[in-house]
Amino acid sequence: MDCVQEYIELFENNRTLIDGPCCKKLNEEREKAFVRFKTEGFPGLKDENWRHTNVAKKFATNFGMDLGRKSATSNIKGSFTCDVPNLKTYKGYVLNDNFVADENNRLLPEGVIIGSINEIAALHPELIGKHYNSLAEKGDSTVQFNTSFAQECMVLYVPKNVVIEETVQIIALLQTNVEILTNRRLLVIMEENSHASLLLCDHSATERESLSTSVTEIFIGRGASLNLYELEETTDSNTRLGNLFVRQEHDSRFNHCNITLTNGFTRNYVEVVLDGEGAETNINGLAIGDKMQHIDNRTLVDHRKGHCTSNELYKYILDENSTGVFSGKMLIRTVAQQTVSQQTNRNLCLTSCAHMYAQPQLEIYADDVKCSHGSTVGQLDENALFYMQQRGIPAEEARHLLMYAFAGEVIDNIKLEALRERLHILVEKRFRGELNHCKGCNLCK
Amino acid sequence: MKKKNNILKKLANKAYEFGFVSKIKTEIIESGLNEEIIRLISKKKNEPEWLLEFRLTAYRHWQTMPMPTWAHLNIPPIDYQAISYYADPLKKNKENSNKEIDPELMKTFEKLGIPLEERLALSGTAVDAVMDSVSVKTTFKEELKEKGIIFCSMSEAVQEYPDLVRKYLGSVVNYRDNFFAALNTAVFSDGSFVYIPKGVRCPMELSTYFRINAANTGQFERTLIVADDNSYVSYLEGCTAPMRDENQLHAAIVEIIVNDNAEVKYSTVQNWYPGDAEGKGGVYNFVTKRGDCRGHGSKLSWTQVETGSAITWKYPSCILRGDNSQGEFYSVALTNNYQQADTGTKMIHLGKNTKSTIISKGISAGKSQNSYRGLVRVSKNADGARNYSQCDSLLLGNECGAHTFPYMDIHNNGAVIEHEATTSKISEEQLFYCNQRGIGTEEAIGLIVNGYAKEVLNKLPMEFAIEAQKLLSVSLEGAVG
Repeated sequence: MDCVQEYIELFENNRTLIDGPCCKKLNEEREKAFVRFKTEGFPGLKDENWRHTNVAKKFATNFGMDLGRKSATSNIKGSFTCDVPNLKTYKGYVLNDNFVADENNRLLPEGVIIGSINEIAALHPELIGKHYNSLAEKGDSTVQFNTSFAQECMVLYVPKNVVIEETVQIIALLQTNVEILTNRRLLVIMEENSHASLLLCDHSATERESLSTSVTEIFIGRGASLNLYELEETTDSNTRLGNLFVRQEHDSRFNHCNITLTNGFTRNYVEVVLDGEGAETNINGLAIGDKMQHIDNRTLVDHRKGHCTSNELYKYILDENSTGVFSGKMLIRTVAQQTVSQQTNRNLCLTSCAHMYAQPQLEIYADDVKCSHGSTVGQLDENALFYMQQRGIPAEEARHLLMYAFAGEVIDNIKLEALRERLHILVEKRFRGELNHCKGCNLCK
Repeated sequence: MKKKNNILKKLANKAYEFGFVSKIKTEIIESGLNEEIIRLISKKKNEPEWLLEFRLTAYRHWQTMPMPTWAHLNIPPIDYQAISYYADPLKKNKENSNKEIDPELMKTFEKLGIPLEERLALSGTAVDAVMDSVSVKTTFKEELKEKGIIFCSMSEAVQEYPDLVRKYLGSVVNYRDNFFAALNTAVFSDGSFVYIPKGVRCPMELSTYFRINAANTGQFERTLIVADDNSYVSYLEGCTAPMRDENQLHAAIVEIIVNDNAEVKYSTVQNWYPGDAEGKGGVYNFVTKRGDCRGHGSKLSWTQVETGSAITWKYPSCILRGDNSQGEFYSVALTNNYQQADTGTKMIHLGKNTKSTIISKGISAGKSQNSYRGLVRVSKNADGARNYSQCDSLLLGNECGAHTFPYMDIHNNGAVIEHEATTSKISEEQLFYCNQRGIGTEEAIGLIVNGYAKEVLNKLPMEFAIEAQKLLSVSLEGAVG
């Protein structure tokens, strides 16, 4: 029996258990999503969007799912703090796929809501009804899988004209002693002229094989802005399937930075829809791979209205047997005149066993636009290395310096100074091979 | 409205000057595709048993294949049983056992600017003229033979040089390669066969002119070029078809083998009938072109100017197998009205220190869609591979589309790969500047487009470059305002 059939049976046999703790909206969407998953199954290598990432194989492991919500009771806060020095944050935790609120959070600005969808849906049914799964509905079958099994969704709501000065940090942790599959969900709603910074840290505290699917939906209202930083520091045994859907309205801004420091097998999909004039989006990514790591980033920026700007920068540093996949598409629709769009992808292959697949794409239906993309694959400049050695810098040190500078371009786009500094240190440590964990919390010490 | 349509029609008619039909008595076999038809084609061409078997294997494989849908094209369903796979305009003369060609045929080619009488021909160009499924005449054959160069039609080559044909046919493009390659292998008719022996530099340009004349037929030519060690050849290809309301299918294969230190330059000016201003009719051009740079230091250069065809699906490729081999691809693809093009190249780096250059210029006008799709693959052992790709798109009008889909698969850390692409329109300033100096808008656009495509046009042989320049301006007529 293939694994798709196993998941279908798991779903059908445990329907009451899955539906139990969830609000009505979750179960309604689950119903629709499951129908699609049932017909489509997992994407294969013949699917143009999954040419180099065999995801069906990853699902074949005999994973356990926490359908009875047992890990909800574990105490995460005592053992795990994940500090970024000098960065004041409001914290939220996701243990496996359960949301755990931090009672120590200082008072949030008035009207801001952070919490579980199952509680918020009771108080604000319209808000949830309007937004949940409205962007992810069209996602591929891995998104439908997540919607079918998701029992929890973390919600961040920022009302009109509210600015959250401090960063909201959401720490997702895998803690288990069995092979586990988790389905995470996040919904961010930014009303008009609001502003927030969101830091998502993805950690794993288990050597057991694990798979986490995550779907994040973000709505950015007129004139609002959101900075989103995603940091993945998991282990070799972890598979991450991230899906991020963003919809931007008039004059809104979205800055995104996705950094894969350590991982096993990662696929990140980012889809940004520019649905209002004057919107701006900046998406950046940095991936550092070694051993057998596999990092696949796929992005789509959909320009639906005119006068929008999009910038994209993705960089890969691939060592040992690692594989990098980048596929970015800029879609400029007929009405999106006066679009300015720029996409850059640069990749360093450090060994002859590292593989890079790059696919930067432009799909343009409007004529009054300025669009360009560039992509390179190469290695460290021999002349620069020689120059540095001449001046007494050892070869290994010179290599690190160059790699560090190469990565710096992405990190420098981070607007939070404390986080930027922290990342510079983390990346440098990563190159020296000193980093398996961030050492920021009790867990890693 | 009707009047406006008439004007449009006039413009479209004017733009395609090769749209006439020649009244030549042509023998067309009944339409449909099955093993019997393939046996019939093979029998008509008096082919040896192995070639028939080659065709049948391909046909059986083709039946198992689905039509590819990955290209950024909207291809209406094609009824492969409604097409006739063999049309022979020479039949009449064969009956009279006379070698002379129907004067009407001669006239047709003269009208196309391809005189078949050697005394009239442009000096320095040998021509193989192919109409429908048959090669009409190959000029300067004797002169070339003196140097040991073989330049003849594929059917002739099968009869006279079976060993050479058998050795190389299908060795670069396998029948399993893709849907249209399998179809072509099953039903292919005439194309050119070129063999340049060791150390010979071909003294003239070799050229093939393809013409579709008969209705309800498809053209499935097959060209094979072998350049032995230290040789050089420049080969040109041109094509046209009459204006018809129904779509005609053209599915060709070009295979090129380049040995040690040899160089092949392959230039195409593709001007199949593109359909009228409403998108009716036109040729479906589904072509597989591939060169195998087997030898050390070999070089293959593709230059193409694509202005015709309703739908183009074409990726001339280089397999850089030999160490220090080089591949080049220069392309101008222009689409107007309802034309669709998905074209580009593949550079497969296998040998050490291989180099490839890709320059692609897309121009979209009217309601057309123009895509560049290219692959650069560097295999694990291809140390020191170097690639530079540049794909620019120019948009004329706000209803057309320009797309870029490059693929880079890199498996070697010694590779240096660069790709860049830009998309823009002709700037108002440039136009205003030309207008100011008394150059009309249409002419100015022709001027700017030619300047934009110059990098590629410069790579074409002289006569072709002039023709291509004219063609670019003509194809854009009516695209402005």
